[in-house]
Amino acid sequence: MGYVINRLLQGLMVIAVMAVLVFIGVYAIGNPVDMLISPEADQAEIQATIVRMGLDKPLWEQFLAFINGALHGDLGTSFLYNEPAVRLILERFPATLELALAAILMAILVGIPLGVIAGLKPNGIVGRAIMTISILGFSLPTFWVGMMLIMIFAVNIGWLPSTGRGETASLFGVQWSFLTGDGLAHLILPAINLALFKTSLVIRLARAGTREVISQDYIKFARAKGLSEPRVILVHMMKNMMIPVVTVLGLEFGSVVAFAVVTETVFSWPGIGKLLISSIVHLDRPVIVAYLMLTVMLFVTINFLVDLIYALLDPRVRRKESA
Amino acid sequence: MSDVRGGAAQPTLVVEGLKTHFFTEAGVVKSVDGVDLSVSRGEILGLVGESGSGKSVTGFSILGLIDQPGRIVGGSVKLNGEELTTASPKRLRSLRGDRIAMIFQDPMMTLNPVLKIETQMIETLQAHIKIGHAEARARARDALGRVGIPSPEERLDSYPHQFSGGMRQRVAIAIALLHGPDLIIADEPTTALDVTIQAQILSEVQTLCRETGTALIWITHDLAIISGLADRVAVMYAGRIVETGAIAEVVSNPRHPYTYGLIGSVPSRNKRGQRLTQIPGMTPSFLSLPQGCAFAPRCPNADAKCLEMPELSPCPSAAHRARCFHPMPEGAEA
Repeated sequence: MGYVINRLLQGLMVIAVMAVLVFIGVYAIGNPVDMLISPEADQAEIQATIVRMGLDKPLWEQFLAFINGALHGDLGTSFLYNEPAVRLILERFPATLELALAAILMAILVGIPLGVIAGLKPNGIVGRAIMTISILGFSLPTFWVGMMLIMIFAVNIGWLPSTGRGETASLFGVQWSFLTGDGLAHLILPAINLALFKTSLVIRLARAGTREVISQDYIKFARAKGLSEPRVILVHMMKNMMIPVVTVLGLEFGSVVAFAVVTETVFSWPGIGKLLISSIVHLDRPVIVAYLMLTVMLFVTINFLVDLIYALLDPRVRRKESA
Repeated sequence: MSDVRGGAAQPTLVVEGLKTHFFTEAGVVKSVDGVDLSVSRGEILGLVGESGSGKSVTGFSILGLIDQPGRIVGGSVKLNGEELTTASPKRLRSLRGDRIAMIFQDPMMTLNPVLKIETQMIETLQAHIKIGHAEARARARDALGRVGIPSPEERLDSYPHQFSGGMRQRVAIAIALLHGPDLIIADEPTTALDVTIQAQILSEVQTLCRETGTALIWITHDLAIISGLADRVAVMYAGRIVETGAIAEVVSNPRHPYTYGLIGSVPSRNKRGQRLTQIPGMTPSFLSLPQGCAFAPRCPNADAKCLEMPELSPCPSAAHRARCFHPMPEGAEA
């Protein structure tokens, strides 16, 4: 229990520090008024807008107002849409979450088996082929692969749609694509695109983990006990090999959600990545700040969950932290 | 077997001409190159040699657990008359842990760190016999009790990191004993432990083997350890047995110059104040073994004849044999 509380407090600290950094970083640059007001506006109009947006107050006052709002779940109102920034992001969040989950799922389902195979037979033809493919996955630029996917599967063969979320269905009051056949078809290409890099990463992690664990004495001892090979691999090897994979995947999941920008742009996927790009272009500060804050919270939450899973996988962690 | 004799007459394990080579990029490493061993019911055989002499590889070869790029390339391993080198992987798996068990050198590394002791013991039982969880747990608990682990019922739910090194080795021994194997191969099981724990574990394993009639091969680099434990000893050098015989006979009357040197380099009470003798040179690389007797370059007795490989010949009797053209004189003071 102490372990959990400790982690929670650490998470809150991170969020508080980030709030200061994000606020200062974003509010100290550029002048949104120039972007928002027509060039013909006179001084009085500009002044009025500045006052309305609270930009005339000293920085610390703005910060207090920001913190006060943040504690009430209000991270400001978008200059551009004139809607609460949090709502704007949350509206688009399910689309990104869905895309990220599909990508991570693909990365796990494809990456771990391939990585284990490559780790068990590092010098075989199959093992080498897998590693070569993973190098491609690492080095090909995401936007190019995305366009190639569209060209091959949407334009040339015409199997899958190229842009948008397709038909969605409601679950828990949120619209999801994966619930309808059409939505699922729309999800496949962007998910593959987003998963490619992560799959390569998982393959490498799983391979390295497998190679390290497989040479351990406890694997040999498990074999010496007469255990079947599936049990040796799936229980004795996998449970140890998964520890680093889970850690990295957890962190990567955050980055997939936060930085799906390229894929969302290529496939016109209406997620938060696209929102972020347009907000940056228009210097829509509240949205950027809200986006960064929510991303920080997402990372902290994921880190927390990873720690919990980690403790679940590795009894030594449980022991050390509680002692 | 057509030849039905009394079980006592047939050794539990007979190894003949065993060759295990590793095919590395640098060349063929002949880690085990023609090893003969035999061990009978309730007997303890010490397998002694320096690091890299091929003693551990011999142990793993018997179990059929040689990793790539290694391979058993010749010879035979017979357990209760059954040939193992040509046995199917399935058959070998069913023998491992059941008829042949192994105890490893480093107890900190042998138990899987993320699985409970209970899991690691029960899976060993269930790999070989049909047994329910509750019954398996009871057997596991009794096995822990037998090797001297206090409050075994609670310890079953522990993880390996909650045990000390000595306790972990006891757990490993308990796992090895679960099925009452015919043969246990112990690969330097006390090297990583405190001296006091070493002595305890040695005597306990000895007692357990004598009680159950299990044959034991105790691999070690320390002649002193097995001189009080083993019945017979086989000394390995560069992948071959160079001397073998009853332990008392070999220790008091070593004939091979290497054994002689080994014994001379062991500190003991009656050599207090004298310089320990040492064997000149170092263990040769397996990639560049000298022609003929591998020990010749370090041997005080070597001459031109040693460019040929000597046979393991009676010295003086069939019970005490040495692989040497110029054995040390009988009764030479080491």
